[in-house]
Amino acid sequence: MDYIIEMLHIRKEFPGVVANDDITIQLKHGEIHALLGENGAGKSTLMNVLFGLYQPEQGEIRVKGKKVSITDPNIANALGIGMVHQHFMLVEPFTVTQNIILGSEPTSKGRINLKQAEQEVQELSDRYGLRVDATAKISDISVGMQQRVEILKTLYRGAEVLIFDEPTAVLTPQEISELMEIFKTLIAEGKSIILITHKLKEIMEICDRCTVIRKGKGIGTVHVADTTTTELASLMVGRDISFQTNKQPANPKQPTLQINNLFVKDSRKIDMVKGLNLTVHAGEIVGIAGIDGNGQSELIEAITGLRKANAGNILLNDKSITNLSPRRVTESGVGHIPQDRHKFGLVLDYSIGENLVLQTYYKRPYSRYKVLNYQQIFQKAEQLIKEYDVRTPSVHTKARALSGGNQQKAIIAREVDRSPDLLIAAQPTRGLDVGAIEFIHKKLIEERDKGKAILLVSFELDEILDVSDRIAVIYDGKIVADLNPEDTNEQELGLLMAGSEMVGEES
Amino acid sequence: MMQNKWFNILVPVISVFIGLLAGALIMLSFGYNPIQGYIALFKGAFGDLYFFGETIRQTTPYILTGLAIAFAFRVGLFNIGAEGQVIVGWLAAVWIGSTVDAPIYIHLPLALLAAAIAGALWGFIPGLLKAGLGVHEVIVTIMLNYVALYSSNAIIRNVLTENADKTDMIAPTASLASEWLENLTYFSRMHYGIFIALVAALVMWFMIERTKLGFELKSVGYNKHASKYAGMSVKRNIILAMLISGLFAGLAGSMEGLGTYGNMTVSSGFSNIGFDGIAVALLGANNAFGVVLAAFLFGALKVGALNMPTQAGVPNELVDIIIALIIFFVASSYLIRWIILRFKREGK
Repeated sequence: MDYIIEMLHIRKEFPGVVANDDITIQLKHGEIHALLGENGAGKSTLMNVLFGLYQPEQGEIRVKGKKVSITDPNIANALGIGMVHQHFMLVEPFTVTQNIILGSEPTSKGRINLKQAEQEVQELSDRYGLRVDATAKISDISVGMQQRVEILKTLYRGAEVLIFDEPTAVLTPQEISELMEIFKTLIAEGKSIILITHKLKEIMEICDRCTVIRKGKGIGTVHVADTTTTELASLMVGRDISFQTNKQPANPKQPTLQINNLFVKDSRKIDMVKGLNLTVHAGEIVGIAGIDGNGQSELIEAITGLRKANAGNILLNDKSITNLSPRRVTESGVGHIPQDRHKFGLVLDYSIGENLVLQTYYKRPYSRYKVLNYQQIFQKAEQLIKEYDVRTPSVHTKARALSGGNQQKAIIAREVDRSPDLLIAAQPTRGLDVGAIEFIHKKLIEERDKGKAILLVSFELDEILDVSDRIAVIYDGKIVADLNPEDTNEQELGLLMAGSEMVGEES
Repeated sequence: MMQNKWFNILVPVISVFIGLLAGALIMLSFGYNPIQGYIALFKGAFGDLYFFGETIRQTTPYILTGLAIAFAFRVGLFNIGAEGQVIVGWLAAVWIGSTVDAPIYIHLPLALLAAAIAGALWGFIPGLLKAGLGVHEVIVTIMLNYVALYSSNAIIRNVLTENADKTDMIAPTASLASEWLENLTYFSRMHYGIFIALVAALVMWFMIERTKLGFELKSVGYNKHASKYAGMSVKRNIILAMLISGLFAGLAGSMEGLGTYGNMTVSSGFSNIGFDGIAVALLGANNAFGVVLAAFLFGALKVGALNMPTQAGVPNELVDIIIALIIFFVASSYLIRWIILRFKREGK
């Protein structure tokens, strides 16, 4: 057979866990091969084995039919394997070209020939239709462009096989469809692709075959044409998954959150929220749809007290919470699932138990006379871990060691358990697998049914359409449309998010 | 987890060993017998009870400056100003000790308190500047070290004395000196301060590991953003951390002022107690118990080294180089950590 890469019966153990157990994946020349699995199923471990970062205990790797031993990433590079990581490895103040040649600079007499390199990079970019400006600074270009720089980096080093680790997690819908086009160009130019993902839609759209792993074990490889999203999902999690979120119609009551004419500046002192009005009622989920950078982060930070509002006011249950300190806001009844769980949601070097009391540690019974009662803290943590199904070896495990889905579950446990009147969920399912997404959506709806107000901010239109009772479209710091999810669709939302006027309002 | 703990102990031990080895090579290359040299060092630190007492005496302020720097480190701050905080603490202790007239149960605590407050104030200034204006604490504390040194020289000359080089001796009611400890150790200068230092280590451990304050301080040190999000005041915690750090260092100064010397002398240079505290904190892995052990090692090296010229004929300058080398390897434990990890990976 015409396999370019074969990983046969790979087994990789870490102290206490078997991360990969008898996994086989075979990549044909010129195909896009999906590697599907839940968070923590062992996808990244497997790819790190291929990339030479880990050595497998058992099994073998073959490149073009020949058995190879990949002991470090340089060997992987030399064999034509390139990896585009989820977190980009770029030097921000450097230009695109400088980043790409980093580590394999073309020199003549000890001097770097930047002009020549720029030309080469530009040619490469044009050939694959990447439309990257070789002379731009990394800090000046969008996340989507930065990803393309990562792609160029592997191509510049002569990669034949490109591994993409969750490439769409950081992209806007528009950028995602452009990336799909890039994949097609890459294949047309004779490259092969392994796509690590848990987004079933992408697999159905672009991939030829799909290898599924679950809890470290290889489940098998299927032809995408012969399968359905439902089948893939149940293969991945080992049980049936419902895609349609089951929910009763909302029963909105009094307004919980009222925002009037709010203005907020970002850290560069530029107005990001410009006279925004928004109301969220008790017992409803309001989804904020919008492209990243239209004021969503500043809006949330202003509500939660992390950033000052320059004008306007924010009322919670008819009481002003404008510009209160984060703690006062929290105590007046706001829960917040932050967009960046590593930066804001968790202290990664604290144990999961300590993280679960991060908002309540100073209160009785966790703290008395300023001394912490760890017995109470861990007891509470045990209870939350059980209730919210956070999978962790123990309460003492560092938050860093948990998978993304379990970290997010812990944050949700912490925030929801306080039973806040307003729950703000920013990108709550970002980077999570379907099992965890299902769980989180269920929790949000449960809270809604208890009569809480939920503000959901997401860049995933599917999520917004699926979970919200009402959709507010944010564009350029203002809410430009207030829609019923039943009466709209992705196309209309996409247009509104891009700033076009409501249909019929054009003059 | 267990592996990690073992690793954390192994690294400093190997660091010290490599340091000793490097010192031996230096002695060899200059034609001295390293074995004799190290025997002299060992005897100088533990040879008899007098030397042991002196080692403990030297360890005492190291514990406190080590704690000071470790405390700030836990919050992600680098308190280079421990040196200056030691100086102001020393001065404050001697000032109260030599001018106030009170019974011992008031005088001694008052003198200690004065040292602690002076040090805390000296840590508060950079803390405030960092929290309020974002001025880097390293720059401010370095500058404040000089301010402390020269101002206390001026105060000794012009306020506490009439142009003399040293202050009066403190009153016996303010002294930490201990007759039974001196008798026990053949009249070394060992004093009650060691107990204060050990209690301080316990306090630091309790504060960091068991209190609400410690929880917030560590949290800010690990992740400012998440701490702010969780309603903690990052600024308040930065200021508090520097203040408490300075308090420990100020107490270290009082160990010298009330214990070892009983006065303060005009000085042209730093005491280095604060600077050595940086290495003590690093070697002790910023952990209260580790700091006590590391301080003991430094105390032993400093005191034992005095015996090397007389007993092994190694000249003073070379002794300084050897001690510096040991400290160098101790401080570069990061490098050793890296090398061990590297070997481990290749072994697999």
